[in-house]
Amino acid sequence: MAVVALQQKTRAAADLARRNVIEVKDLSLVFQTSDGPVNALSNIDLEVEAGEFVSFIGPSGCGKTTLLRVIADLEQPTSGAITVNGMSPSEAREKRAYGYVFQAAALYPWRTISGNISLPLEVMGISKEERRQRIARNLELVNLSGFEKKFPWQLSGGMQQRASIARALSFDPDLLLMDEPFGALDEIVRDHLNEQLLKLWAKTQKTVIFVTHSIPEAVFLSTKIVVMSPRPGRIHEIIDCDLGAERPLDIRETPKFLEIAHRVREGLRHGHSYDEVHA
Amino acid sequence: MTEARGPIVQFCFDRVIPVGTILLVIIALWYVFSVVLNAPFERDQAARAGTTIATSQLLHNTMWQERPVLPAPHQVAEEIRKTVFDLRPTSKRSLVYHGAVTLSSTLLGFVLGTLLGILLAVAIVHSRTLDKSLMPWIITSQTVPILAIAPMIIVVLNAVNITGLLPKAIISTYLSFFPVAVGMVKGLRSPEIMHLDLMRTYNASRSQIFWKLRWPASMPYLFTSMKIAVAISLVGAIVGELPTGAVAGIGARLLAGSYYGQTVQIWAALIAAALMAAVLVSLIGIVGSLVNRRMGVRS
Repeated sequence: MAVVALQQKTRAAADLARRNVIEVKDLSLVFQTSDGPVNALSNIDLEVEAGEFVSFIGPSGCGKTTLLRVIADLEQPTSGAITVNGMSPSEAREKRAYGYVFQAAALYPWRTISGNISLPLEVMGISKEERRQRIARNLELVNLSGFEKKFPWQLSGGMQQRASIARALSFDPDLLLMDEPFGALDEIVRDHLNEQLLKLWAKTQKTVIFVTHSIPEAVFLSTKIVVMSPRPGRIHEIIDCDLGAERPLDIRETPKFLEIAHRVREGLRHGHSYDEVHA
Repeated sequence: MTEARGPIVQFCFDRVIPVGTILLVIIALWYVFSVVLNAPFERDQAARAGTTIATSQLLHNTMWQERPVLPAPHQVAEEIRKTVFDLRPTSKRSLVYHGAVTLSSTLLGFVLGTLLGILLAVAIVHSRTLDKSLMPWIITSQTVPILAIAPMIIVVLNAVNITGLLPKAIISTYLSFFPVAVGMVKGLRSPEIMHLDLMRTYNASRSQIFWKLRWPASMPYLFTSMKIAVAISLVGAIVGELPTGAVAGIGARLLAGSYYGQTVQIWAALIAAALMAAVLVSLIGIVGSLVNRRMGVRS
C-alpha cells in the first residue's frame, strides 16, 4: 500500500514538472444555424504544456476563436473531451484559471483605467488595499503607470488594449487566452506590443494561447504554432517554433525565422486548397 | 473672440437665443390668433348696438376682453402674476397653492412609477417567463384611455378609504411606470456581448453582473425615460384631479375655469402646468448630466 502511494506521489511530481495545461481529444463542435448545421470544429487533438506560447493561426472561419472560446467555457463542444488544468473547462472557469483578452479592449466606459483593472478583483472579493497594490503592479507591467484616473476614451487603441491585458493579469491566472488582441491596431503599434508581450511572458512564466491571422506575429511570439483550416474547422499542422527565448524584432529577417514563416504559409495554403477543391 | 467665450455667453448662444427666437414667434402668432378669434364677439357687440367699430378700437378690445375665446398673452401673464405673487400661497385662489397640490401628487406618482418601472424591467430581463407574460400586459395597460380609468381608480380607492394624495399619485404611477419599464428593459439589455462574456470569464454572479455591468450601462436609458415619465406624471396628476370634484390642484383650476367660462384662468393654469413640466424635465436632465459626468461620458 505504502509503495503504491509513494509511486503515485512521484508520478504526480513528475506530472507537475511538465504538466499539460490543456488536453483536447477528438473534440468537435457543430453550430445549429437556420441554414443547417455548421461544423465549426472537427476532430481537434491538442496538448499545451505549462509555460508554452501557442498560437492558433488560420483564415477566418477556421474555428480558431471558437476553439479558444471552448477552452474558456464560452462555447460548449458537441463531442470529444477537453481538460483545462486537469478539470473540465467550466470547473476551470469557476476557479478563475485563465485571463481572457478579447479582440477589442472591452473596457467598461464608465470606469477609469484603474476601475477597469479593479473589476475582476472586485468580482473575486479581493480587499481594497490588495486591489490597490495589484492595480499599481499590473499597470506598471504594461507601462501604463500614471493613467489610473483616465477614462478609456482618453487612451489610444494600443493603450486600451494594454489596459485590458493588465486587467486579465490582475488576478494572476496561470493561463492567458488572447483572441486576436492586436488585430485592430496598426503595424507599428502591433510590433511594439508584440515585443512587450514577449517580455511580459518571460517575466511572468504564464502559459499563453494566442489567436492571430498574422504569420509574422505567430512566428515571432510562439513556441508552437497550430495551423488551422476551414470548413470544417480543424488542425492542419502543428509547427514547432524553436527560435529561443531572446527574440529582438530583427530576428524576423533571419533565415530560421523566414523558414518557419514559409512552413506556416505552406501549411495555410495546403489547408486552403482543400476548401477550393470542394468549393 | 469666438474661442474666448465664457460659459454664460456660450449658454446664451446655445440655448437662450434659439429658444427665445421660437418663443417670440409663438407669442406673435398667439397675438394674431387672439385678435382673429376674439374679433367676431366685438363686431357682434357693435352690430347689436347699431354702431360700427374702428379697427384700432377693435384691436384694443380683442386684447382686453373679460372672457375671450383666446386670451392675449399679456392677460395670461397678468393672471399668473396676480395669482402667484399677489395672493398668499395658502389662499384657495393662489396658483402656488394649486400648483403645490398637483406637484406633490406628481412627484409621489413619479417616484412610485419609476420604482415600479425599474422593478418590472429587472424582473423581465432576468426571467424569460416574465418577459413573455408581463410585456404584453404592460403594453396593453397603456392602450386603455387614462380618462376612462382615472375615475374608476379614484372611486375604488375611495371605497376602501384611501383618499387624498395617494389615488391621484396612483394615476401618475399608472402612466409613468411605462416609459421607465420599456426604457430600462432596453437599457439593462444594452451591454455588449463582449462585456457580458468578460463577466462570465470571471465567474461573476447574477447580482454582480447586474450591479457592475447592467445597471451602469442602463443609466442613459434611465434618465431619458425618467424625463418622459415626469412629464406624463404631471398629466396623470391633473387628470386625477378632475373626477375628485375639483377641490384643489391645477386640474381643479382647469375644471372650475371651464365651468364659469374663465378662459384666462384656464390658460393661466395651463401655462403654469407647462412651466412646471419644463422645470421638472430640466431638473432630471441636470441630474442626468451630473451622473454622466461622474461616469466619464465625453462632454
